[in-house]
Amino acid sequence: MAQIVLDRLTAQFTGGELVEVGSNLGNEWARVKRESWLAVAKFLRDDPATKMEMFIDLTAVDRLGLRTWPEDAPRFDVVVHLYSVSLKHRVRLYSAVPEEDPSIDTLVSIWAGANWYEREAYDLYGVRFKGHPDLRRILMYPEFVGHPLRKDYPKEKRQPLVRRQAGTRE
Amino acid sequence: MGFEFHTTSLRSAVNWARKWSLFQYPFVTACCGMEFMSVAASKYDIARFGAEFPRFSPRQADLLFIVGTITERQGPALRRIYDQMCEPKWVVAFGVCASTGGFYQNYATMPGADQVVPVDVYIPGCPPRPEQVLDALMLLQDRIQKGEGHSQITIDAERGYDVPIAAIRPKQLGPGAAAKKEG
Repeated sequence: MAQIVLDRLTAQFTGGELVEVGSNLGNEWARVKRESWLAVAKFLRDDPATKMEMFIDLTAVDRLGLRTWPEDAPRFDVVVHLYSVSLKHRVRLYSAVPEEDPSIDTLVSIWAGANWYEREAYDLYGVRFKGHPDLRRILMYPEFVGHPLRKDYPKEKRQPLVRRQAGTRE
Repeated sequence: MGFEFHTTSLRSAVNWARKWSLFQYPFVTACCGMEFMSVAASKYDIARFGAEFPRFSPRQADLLFIVGTITERQGPALRRIYDQMCEPKWVVAFGVCASTGGFYQNYATMPGADQVVPVDVYIPGCPPRPEQVLDALMLLQDRIQKGEGHSQITIDAERGYDVPIAAIRPKQLGPGAAAKKEG
């Protein structure tokens, strides 16, 4: 569908910035080194053959305890979906983020729409986006402790803000 | 010429007036709101029970309809709305989410609105049919008439009146209480 995107990437980034590229059911994807995240994204937007003007989605994946995933591989993936309105093609970028230092460069300087998505990924997965202008929680309340979509967050643990108190006037 | 007399206690008359003039505050957060609109509209017509007038200010309402899922983050807002309502006041949990959290068992959803405000009538269903809502409203009217609403009991207890505890919590009277009542 959009092999041209992968061709442009592999031609441009030959210094080990790309870990792996692939295509599945007509959807192209590329796995990018964390250090090259910003450079690859900027190239995809500015290159006349790719022209990824539109930011579609950004989220994170927690691979903790996944049996099909290598033990020593980094725990988190940050995933971004891009679309070119003028050339009508898409690409999906992954980047591995380790548990010890869950941080990656922000894409807000390239696509302003990434702002709230990165806040969401920070809120729910605890991935820090370096250089983000306003990295606060967006869905959970500020008093909330932890990151609820991490696989090691107890799935029914609640952090109530208010409860009825026995003995008080109802 | 003849006079007809009807005698009753003042509380009974007041409660009769209360149960037929409920001013509701709909706290609508989710899909149950569609069924709530259906109840309020002409086909099911909650106006038949004197409760047709949604006041969008809690200060003018005495019946809080909690319609839909309550998240932990909404807890303080819900509590504040309840606190702002004039007494006596009643609360109906509309649908399983407001009653128990429903199928949401996760970090964000409150397991029932009664964690934060006292609920008088729970309506099951996802969402409940309008008939269930009207049934619940009639149940609530019964409780109001008997003075069994949470807020009514609180007020009566503070004023030193008799509180019909037996009617709402028969289990707390100990074994055999229900049999004695029937006998």
